Amino acid sequence: MVAEGLGRTGLPRSPDRQRAPGAPGDGPASGTPPLLALAGISKRFPGVLANDAVTFTVAEREIHALLGENGAGKSTLVKLIYGLLRPDAGRMSLAGKPYAPASPAEARATGVAMIFQHFSLFEALTVAENIALGIAHQRADRRLRERIDEVSAAYGLKLDATRQVGTLSVGERQRVEIVRCLLQAPRLMIMDEPTSVLTPQEAEALFATLRRLVAEGCSILYISHKLEEVRALADRATILRAGRVVASCEPARASARQIAELMLGGTLPPSKLRRATSVGPVRLRLNGLCLGKEDQFGVGLAGIDLEVRAGEIVGLAGVAGNGQAELMDALSGERLAGTAKAIEIDGTAAGLLPPAERRLLGLCAVREERLAHASLPAMTLWENGLMTAHGRLALSRHGLIDKPRARGFARRIAREFEVRAGGSETAAQSLSGGNLQKFLVGRELLQNPAVLVVAQPTWGVDIGAAATIHARLLGLAKDGAAVLLISQDLDELFAIADRIAVIAQGRLSRPQPVDRITVASLGLSMGGLSQESVAAAEIRPEPAHG
Amino acid sequence: MVRLEPRLVPSRAVGYLAPIIAIALAFAAGMALFAALGRPPLEAMQLIFLEPLRSLRGISEILVKATPLILIAIGLGVGFRAGVWNIGAEGQFTVGALMGGSLALAVYPVTGWWLLPLMALLGIAGGMLWAAIPAFLRTRCNTNEILVSLLLSYVAVLLLSTLTHGPLRDPDGLNFPESRLFQTALPVIIPGTRAHVGFLVALAAVALAWLLLEHQLLGFKLKVLGQAPRAARFAGFAEPRLVWFSLLLSGGCAGLAGLLEAAGPVGQLVPALPAGYGFAAIVVAFLGRLEPLGILVAGLLLALISIGGEMAQIAMSLPSASIATFQGMFLFFMLAADVFVNYRPRWQPRRDSAPLARSAAAAAE
Repeated sequence: MVAEGLGRTGLPRSPDRQRAPGAPGDGPASGTPPLLALAGISKRFPGVLANDAVTFTVAEREIHALLGENGAGKSTLVKLIYGLLRPDAGRMSLAGKPYAPASPAEARATGVAMIFQHFSLFEALTVAENIALGIAHQRADRRLRERIDEVSAAYGLKLDATRQVGTLSVGERQRVEIVRCLLQAPRLMIMDEPTSVLTPQEAEALFATLRRLVAEGCSILYISHKLEEVRALADRATILRAGRVVASCEPARASARQIAELMLGGTLPPSKLRRATSVGPVRLRLNGLCLGKEDQFGVGLAGIDLEVRAGEIVGLAGVAGNGQAELMDALSGERLAGTAKAIEIDGTAAGLLPPAERRLLGLCAVREERLAHASLPAMTLWENGLMTAHGRLALSRHGLIDKPRARGFARRIAREFEVRAGGSETAAQSLSGGNLQKFLVGRELLQNPAVLVVAQPTWGVDIGAAATIHARLLGLAKDGAAVLLISQDLDELFAIADRIAVIAQGRLSRPQPVDRITVASLGLSMGGLSQESVAAAEIRPEPAHG
Repeated sequence: MVRLEPRLVPSRAVGYLAPIIAIALAFAAGMALFAALGRPPLEAMQLIFLEPLRSLRGISEILVKATPLILIAIGLGVGFRAGVWNIGAEGQFTVGALMGGSLALAVYPVTGWWLLPLMALLGIAGGMLWAAIPAFLRTRCNTNEILVSLLLSYVAVLLLSTLTHGPLRDPDGLNFPESRLFQTALPVIIPGTRAHVGFLVALAAVALAWLLLEHQLLGFKLKVLGQAPRAARFAGFAEPRLVWFSLLLSGGCAGLAGLLEAAGPVGQLVPALPAGYGFAAIVVAFLGRLEPLGILVAGLLLALISIGGEMAQIAMSLPSASIATFQGMFLFFMLAADVFVNYRPRWQPRRDSAPLARSAAAAAE
């Protein structure tokens, strides 16, 4: 705990606030009742028991981490605490009193605040207006702006109340959400994967804020699957698996591997499959690829040059919303680049070709958004296979669908990528996130692409599936394909990429071999580029490190 | 308390059961309606559903009525699957009849084996032409095809009215606003009745649409566009082309239906030709769950209710609005029953957490 030396600020608080009498924060106190206690909380959704008799407590002034794989029930649990859902069974208490919020408004009134992974902000409104919207009976007047300034100064959250949210970076938007919470003087703040959208430096700043909050008497319930982060930050951790609490620990005293094995319920497959690379000719070349913004708050691509050679994996790091989606659009052909020469696949100018023809040239893509973009949720697996593979694998002839072949292809994906599904007639939406992701990666990999562009391939996927996907990507490169990996997960990039470049504000730094980069330098260029981009609009970014 | 809970996977069993349940409920509601109007409900139902089937004439009239409904609904259904909402089949029907019929009037009194096929082709072309306007505006200017196609319907109906009052009016027709009788007529398939080959055309359209949607890559592309437009873009299924195809197909079907109606049972161009087929076909398409075979059944069913309804109106002097209401009930119950394909009802006892929450909130004040 980092509590000593940080005094109270002028933060407005409700007068009857329960706190340890005059005590300095010295860790979870044992004498006082816990701030939040859950006893036997269960929640059932059709076909799945999301929470099964969950029992745990969050102490006063504690940073409590909620760990678990995707689908372990973390999000459901915090939604129950925040009043978005109601438990089927069990009881909760807040500071010793029964607590059963019927709505988020009620939760907020009792001092429970939540910051979602996906922010709920209106881009066209100012910071103050957005904050006013989140607080009942509040107007965006001068008094509110003063309070915003007060709170943001007290917690080191630099924020200009009059700016339009659409012009803010993701880190700044998160600050808006945090300030909005703080203005309501929460006793418990819930955060759902708050660092997944931040650079390492921004994450450090967030941690400092959280520690200060705890020193002020607030407790924090924090969902994450970044184990190192949890070990550095959290006082205690509760680990969920398949909706049940399987362990509780002090993360600082356990190793990341131990925690991961608790989450998984088994031992981890050996990690790090580095290999000696032998690179071949250039298979994907981008020559000054430009793309206009799609809307007022979008990001355009500003002259991107890149070469990806046969046999290598080039990683693209960057904070979400810096042009990754636009680059994927331009590469897959969903939006056309200005010139044919902007994109070359095996030497063929492809910048003006539609997606289907690029696939025939050998460029396959795995999109980040699984449902309704990369897949057809309501359709069967074989139809999902047909969707992108009909041309390369001749799943249709003379306009007629070859159903036996299409079904065979879906079965082959399921077999080779260990997709747990009922068969080729199963609807895509009935698969779990990890299984669907394995299917979608498999669908593109089994088309033997010359160039594979893949965004967030292991996002929301469990550790075992992630290992499978990484091994297959490495295998594909080894067989001579060029792989472009766009990821926000630096660990993933360092684990399998040969060279890494940073994308920021629609610009790309020069890729550097992975053994010459550190996480810190990468983080600096991820954040730095975006801060200075306005001033340096005319100057191409220097390679951030060398 | 009953709550609706989303199903993980749409229920197939309910999918098959829903129409049966919907029909049963519509029956019950319809009987209540007729009882409230002071007519014996069972007798009314018998008149509507059985009386038309007792005679060859009744059956043939059902086929006549069902032909345009099925043909139009097939085209609309394919478009609806692609998320292309052509609401203007009435106008395409009218322009198709107008263009095909104009040919017969232009060459009058010359006739030959070639005349009907040419009229049919012009009918299709006319429907496509009228549907090409919303297609062009949607793909070029991103204009909403619902509004454009709907409003063009009124333009088409007025156009037909203008022309039958003016240039196309029968010179020997005592100034009645109608064209000459055509010098040719559609072959009749049941001798002595009005049932014509158009019904066979509609059956063929059902078969072709089934082939398109079930076995053709093009049909798959249309379905993908309708279900997940972003996925269609990612897969490379060009939206403008599919929008054009959907509108031309539905427009062509409607235009052909219009020509068949004009050259078949009506035999001339009259201002009242459209008679709402283009709109009723939307109901048929949805009653048939946008499936070709479903549309065939729905078209026959709706035609049966119309013919039977007319018989009941005459025999029991029912107001005509009551039959329209009864038809509306069918659609209502059908759509309502569809909810249970994707949701399931769950009975759960009222929970008493509310007072608890209130006390917690009060404690925090």
